[in-house]
Amino acid sequence: MAAAQPLGRQTAGKPLTQKAHWTDWVGHGALTLVVLVLIAFLALPLAAILVQAVQGREGEFVGLRNFVAYARTPALLESLWNSIWVSSLVTLITVPLAFVFAYALTRSCMPFKALFRGITLIPLLAPSLLSAISLIYWFGNQGVLKEVLNGLGVEQIYGATGIVIAECFAVFPHVLMILVTALSLSDARLYEAADAMGTSAARRFFTITLPGAKYGLISAASVAFTLVITDFGIPKVIGGNFNVLATDVFKLVIGQQDFARGSVVALLLLLPAVITFGVDGYVSRRQTAMLTARAVPYTPKPARRFDAAMTVYCGVIAVLVLAMLGMAIFASFASFWPYNLTPSLRHYVMGLVDAEVGVGFVNSLTVATATAVFGTALVFCGAYLLEKTRGAGPLHGVMRLLAMLPMAVPGLVLGLGYIFFFNEPANPLNSLYHTITLLTLCTIVHFYTTGHLTAVTALKSLDAEFEAVSASLKVPFWRTFRRVTLPICTPTLIDIARYFFINAMTTISAVVFLYSPETKVASIAILNLDEAGEMGAAAAMAVLILIASSIAMGLFTVLAWWANRRTQAWRVR
Amino acid sequence: MSTDPFLQIRTVGKCFGEFTALRDINLSVNKGEFVCFLGPSGCGKTTLLRIVAGLEVQTSGEIWQGGRDISRLPPALRDYGIVFQSYALFPNLTVADNVAYGLVNRRQPQAEIRKRVSELVALVGLPGSETKYPGQLSGGQQQRIALARALATSPGLLLLDEPLSALDAIVRVHLRQEIKALQQQLGVTTIMVTHDQEEALSVADRIVVMNHGVIDQVGTPLEVYREPATPFVAAFVGKVNVLPARIVAGELHLGALRLPAPGGDRDVRVYLRPEDILARPIADGDPHVFEATISKIEFLGSFCHVQVASPALPQPLVVYLSLNFLSEQSLATGSTVRLRLLAERLKVF
Repeated sequence: MAAAQPLGRQTAGKPLTQKAHWTDWVGHGALTLVVLVLIAFLALPLAAILVQAVQGREGEFVGLRNFVAYARTPALLESLWNSIWVSSLVTLITVPLAFVFAYALTRSCMPFKALFRGITLIPLLAPSLLSAISLIYWFGNQGVLKEVLNGLGVEQIYGATGIVIAECFAVFPHVLMILVTALSLSDARLYEAADAMGTSAARRFFTITLPGAKYGLISAASVAFTLVITDFGIPKVIGGNFNVLATDVFKLVIGQQDFARGSVVALLLLLPAVITFGVDGYVSRRQTAMLTARAVPYTPKPARRFDAAMTVYCGVIAVLVLAMLGMAIFASFASFWPYNLTPSLRHYVMGLVDAEVGVGFVNSLTVATATAVFGTALVFCGAYLLEKTRGAGPLHGVMRLLAMLPMAVPGLVLGLGYIFFFNEPANPLNSLYHTITLLTLCTIVHFYTTGHLTAVTALKSLDAEFEAVSASLKVPFWRTFRRVTLPICTPTLIDIARYFFINAMTTISAVVFLYSPETKVASIAILNLDEAGEMGAAAAMAVLILIASSIAMGLFTVLAWWANRRTQAWRVR
Repeated sequence: MSTDPFLQIRTVGKCFGEFTALRDINLSVNKGEFVCFLGPSGCGKTTLLRIVAGLEVQTSGEIWQGGRDISRLPPALRDYGIVFQSYALFPNLTVADNVAYGLVNRRQPQAEIRKRVSELVALVGLPGSETKYPGQLSGGQQQRIALARALATSPGLLLLDEPLSALDAIVRVHLRQEIKALQQQLGVTTIMVTHDQEEALSVADRIVVMNHGVIDQVGTPLEVYREPATPFVAAFVGKVNVLPARIVAGELHLGALRLPAPGGDRDVRVYLRPEDILARPIADGDPHVFEATISKIEFLGSFCHVQVASPALPQPLVVYLSLNFLSEQSLATGSTVRLRLLAERLKVF
C-alpha cells in the first residue's frame, strides 16, 4: 500500500457528502414543515414569555427587575411556599398509596384486578376539577358530611385541605400507571434465585422489588409533584382564599393585566416541570438498561391472607374513587341541592342548554376531534420523518428537541405564551387568536411529547433496514410509508388519537387563556359556572365530559378492533 | 467469470468522529465474481458493504461500478440488491407482494409481474408460497424470500450482509450452498459479509480478510488458508498452533527441531495447522519427526482434536487424528505417539 495518505479531492476540503435524491428533498421539505409548525406554536410563544419577563410596562428592557419585584411581594412568596408544600404533601400521600395498589395489581392473585384498575383510571376521563366539585358536595358549606369534617377539627373544606384531597384523587391514576409499568418490569428469575437461596419475603421485597421499581418511584414522585404544582382547576374551584402559583398567574395576567410578573410566575412553574423532564430522561435511560430481553415475566402465586388484604385495600380505594365520581353524578341530577334531591335533568336543561353554555360542549367535541385527527397526523409524520429519513443535517437535532420540549412546559405556561405571542397585533398569525383552530393547535402542542414518544417507540420496533431495502429497490420512501409503515403502526395511531382526544376533552390549563365567548370549551365552562355559583350546572358539565370521553373510549376500542382485523391479519401465524 | 473490474473501491476511508473504521481500502471485484468480506466483528466489513450500497458515506475515496463513479450517489441511484441479516421482509405484505415490491414501481403489467414473482419464488425453492405472510415462514425460508426480492429487479450487484448468521447451523450450511449455486446460475456479481471463516471458504471465489479497518489479504480461499499473508489471517482462518521459535544463522530453531529458514537472526512465531502434523505415513529417516505424549483427547466424531506435548517442542500442540487411527493404535491419554511436521507448510512470522 503505497499511499499512506488517502488520495483524491475529498481530503482537501470539507467531508464528502452524498448527493440527495429528489425524494430526499421531499422528505427534508416535509420535516422542515413540521419543525416550522413547532417553532411557531411552541418555541416562539415560549420565547415571548421570556421577553415579557424582562420587560417593563412600556416594553423597555429591565433585566431581572421583575424577578426582584416578585421576590419583594410577600403575598406572592406565600403562594410559592403554598404551592411547594401542597405539592409535596400530595406526592407523599399519593405515591405510597398508589405503590401498594400497583403492587396488588402486579404481584398478588387478588380477584377483580381489571375492575379495580378500571375504576381507578376513570378519573382520567374527566377534568381533574371534578374531584374538587365532588368534595364540595361532600364536605362544602352545604355538604352532606360537613359535620364529620368539623368533627375532625377542620373548619372548612375550602383551602389547603380541599386542594390536597382533590389533588390526591386527580393525581392517583397518573401515578398508578407509572408504578404499574415499573412493577411489571420484573424478572421472575431473580425471585426464583432468591427463593432457591431461602430468602425471606421482606428481604426479597427490599433487595429485589424496591430497587427494581426505584426509577418508577422517582418518576412517579416527580410527575405527581409537577401535576399538582401546575394544576389550575382544582385550586380555582376549592382553593378559596388559599393562593398557589397557578392561580396567581391567572390573577396577575387576566385580572391585573400584569404580564411582567405573570411571566415571572410562569417561569417559576416551568422549573419543576423542567426538573421532572430531566429526571424522567435520566430514569428512562437507566430503566431500559436494567431489563434484558431474556427476562422472564413474574407471575404471582396465590397467597390467601396477602391476597385478601390486598383485595380489601384496593376495594377501599375503589369505593373512595367511586364515591368521588358518584357524588358529582348524583349532584348533577339533584333538582335543588341540598333541599330537593329528586333526580331531574334540570341542571342539564336549564343550567346548560337554556343558559347557552351547551355550545361549549360542542366546541369541546370539535377541538377534541380536530386534535385527535390533526395531532395524530402531525405527530406520526414528524416522528416518521425524524426516525426514518436521513441526511437533513441539523434539522433532525432541532426536531428532536422541539418534540421533547412540550413535556417540560406546563399547560398554563404554554397558554400564557400563546397570549403574548398571538395577541400581538403585529403577528401575522394574530387572526388565529380566540379561534377553535388555535385552541386545537395549542392542545396538540401541549400533549405532543407523549404522542411523539409512543410513535417513536412503534417506529423503532420496525426493522431499521426497511428504508434501505426500499431505496435499493428504487421505491420512494412515501410508498413504503403508505404500504408498510402506516399499516403496521395503525394500532399505535389509534392509541395516539385516543390520548389526544381524551386530553383535549379534559384539559383546562392551556386553553384557559385562549377562548372567546364563542369558542369557550366545556372544561372552561365548568370553571365559569362554578365562579357564577352554578355548582349544579358545573357538575352536569363535568359529567357530560366524563360521559363523552367514556363513549369516545368505547368508539376507539371498536375502531382498534376493526383496524386490527383489517391491517394486522399478518400477525396471525 | 470475466476479468474486467466491475466494482472498484479506491482508497476508501471512513471515520466516525475520532474512530477510524476503514483506512485506505483498495479492491477490484470482477464481473460475476463471488467475494466475501471476512473478519471479526468491528473490523469494518459491514461498514465497507454499506458504503458500497450508499447507506454510509465514505470519508474519502471513490467507488466505481460498471464504469460509473457512484461515490456520491444516493442508494436509489445505484444498481444493487441487498439482503440483510434481519431479512427486513415487510411483515404485513405477502411473499408475492414482498418479491414484487421493486417491480411494481417499474409500471410493468400485472400479469408480467405475477409471472416474474412465481419465477423468482421457484428459483429460491419456495414455489407456491406466494400468498403466505413472512411470519408464517421459517427463518431460512424468509431469507430465501429476501433473496428473491433482492434479485427481482435483476440488479448488477448483489450485496449480502451476514445473511446466514441469524439461522441455525444446519439451515446455514444448506442455504449457503444454495446461494452459491444461485449466484453461479445467474452470474450476478456478489459481495457477502461474514464473520464465519468456514462460510467464506466454502462459497467465495475470493476472500477479503479484514482486520481493524484495513484489508490484510485478498485471495482465493485456498491462498488465504495455505498462504496467509499476516499472522492475523493465519490465526483467524482455520485452526492453527502458534509456537515461539528463533532463527539463528539461517536455521529455524523450533524446540529441538531444526529447519532451514532465510533471513537474519531474530525471534519468530511459527504457525502450524493441526492437519499439517501427520501420524502416518512416517518413513524411516524422515526428518522433523518427534515423539509426543497425548495429554488430552477431545472427541468430535470421526476426528479427534488431540493435544500432545513433546520434549522436542516448546509447548503443546493440537493435532487431528482419526478415530480409526486412535483405536487401531490403542492410543489414549498418556500414550506416546510418533508425529511428523510437514515442514513446507510451516508459516513463520
